[in-house]
Amino acid sequence: MKTLVNIFQFYKEGFQSMTIGKKLWLIIGIKLIVMFAILKLFFFRNFLSEHFNTSEQKSEYVIDQLTKVK
Amino acid sequence: MEHIDFSLVDWSRAQFALTAMYHWLFVPLTLGLSFIVAIMESLYVKTGNEEWKRITKFWMTLFGINFAIGVATGIILEFEFGTNWSNYSWFVGDIFGAPLAIEGIMAFFLESTFIAVMFFGWNKVSKKFHLLSSWLVAIGSNLSALWILVANGWMQFPAGMQFNPDTARNEMIDFWSVLFSPVAINKFLHTVTSGYVLSAIFVIGVSAWYLLKKKEINLAKRSMVVAATFGLISSIYLISTGDGSAKAVAKYQPMKLAAMEGLYYGSDHAPLIAVGALKNCEDTLQVHRQSFIFEVPIYGALSYLAFGNFDEFVPGIHDLVHGNPEHGIISYQEKIEKGKIAIDALAEYKTLKKIGDTQNAAIALKTFEDNFQYFGYGYYFGRDPHELIPPVRMSFYAFHIMVGLGTYFVLFFILILFFTLKKQVVDKKWLLRLAVWTIPLAYVASEAGWIVAEVGRQPWVIQDLLPSIAAVSQIDSSSVMITFFLFLAIFTTLLIAEIRIMLSQIKKGPESSPSKQ
Repeated sequence: MKTLVNIFQFYKEGFQSMTIGKKLWLIIGIKLIVMFAILKLFFFRNFLSEHFNTSEQKSEYVIDQLTKVK
Repeated sequence: MEHIDFSLVDWSRAQFALTAMYHWLFVPLTLGLSFIVAIMESLYVKTGNEEWKRITKFWMTLFGINFAIGVATGIILEFEFGTNWSNYSWFVGDIFGAPLAIEGIMAFFLESTFIAVMFFGWNKVSKKFHLLSSWLVAIGSNLSALWILVANGWMQFPAGMQFNPDTARNEMIDFWSVLFSPVAINKFLHTVTSGYVLSAIFVIGVSAWYLLKKKEINLAKRSMVVAATFGLISSIYLISTGDGSAKAVAKYQPMKLAAMEGLYYGSDHAPLIAVGALKNCEDTLQVHRQSFIFEVPIYGALSYLAFGNFDEFVPGIHDLVHGNPEHGIISYQEKIEKGKIAIDALAEYKTLKKIGDTQNAAIALKTFEDNFQYFGYGYYFGRDPHELIPPVRMSFYAFHIMVGLGTYFVLFFILILFFTLKKQVVDKKWLLRLAVWTIPLAYVASEAGWIVAEVGRQPWVIQDLLPSIAAVSQIDSSSVMITFFLFLAIFTTLLIAEIRIMLSQIKKGPESSPSKQ
């Protein structure tokens, strides 16, 4: 328990003593929100998972795509 | 695949290229600066000199800025795999799973854990433990790169796998063949070393700026000695790994080598073009014997570079497209026909298996397996085989820019080291200005290297097995176009943020010096 408290204190004091780091964490936070809450959610859905439920269906579809050469 | 939407293929490729190139603006500095910081801290721990601690903390701050801005930009590439390149993602799934999972674990445990000690641990943990953390961050960053580059190496030279025709996925059968494939190993060593060279140039350039401004003289001179030594060793090793990469390309991707050198017709004693300007041979898709407006050839050097023998035959684009029986090279047309047989056999196998005709399914499977190595060529059935030639001029110029700048960097490090050790570097204003302007050149060389690697292997997403026209998802090209510009805006904002924060921090300089110069 004491170790966990020490680790928590270590991070707490580290974050509190940051200068430029605060600005960087803000950038990281905004970036991650944009990436996961906007881009991934609205623009980058997994094509196969969105259209098919099972691995078998995905396999069928991909084989169908890969063998349709005219 | 019935109707290929080239606008979809092109936008998907453009988006991936844009994301990868922006991502690569951040990565190499992380790879190399982490080691330079660890070396500087080692000097601090060894000498006990507080000035080395101040120097270490300054470069560590710049490392932190680059790390923070660049972190997770690579994840977008994985988003694109699932959305724009779903056929490809499914096709390779099992191969990439292990390396990328290991990368995630390593990145998380090594980088995330020890980077906190690196930044928050001064005066809280022992000097030695802090130093260990700095080294582990450097090693962790580079090991992360290893797994990504192993995955990329597999795309350049698929090894250690077996295609499962029932699932349409490649399955890993030999992890060590994937990890230690000659392409993957050379790619890893060459790529991370290029990051070391770039980082050394970055440290020297920033230090040179301080010397020009007559600020932080001691920090600048000490940093230059460390960076120039690290850079010189790295740049010499870079040449060695480049030689290894060239030999791997000659063996596994001969078309890429021919494009890199603008070699349209193969020859014994093949020349390396030291300097040259290519004619525009691509528009007509014709193969010309006279492909250069002017060139300075070094005869035999390409044969040596490719095969370690000045007299060896190096196949040109014409030999690879049309075949060269004398040298045992089969034509692309023949490969296309074999590829088409493989594709048809796979379709037949699936149909026969569905209706329960196991005997004929086994025959179809055998036909498929016999021709699988040419599978990707089948997508060019009924098309012009010249479409399988990568953009020659882009590959040629990118390669020559990379090699030319790489050679310049060796001389640059020697000059910096010489004048710094002679204690004359402060007076050499021309060299200091050159050092500042060499920073963008390092990025140009680094990006050019990726252009050679990726453009030179077009049209393959997976060498010989899957071209980009078969790898894309059937989605609307306008959605890819929109996200292309969205990424352009996001990454440009991040880049501007990085440059502004970095410049502001450099202008601000390190903590006040214990002994003013």
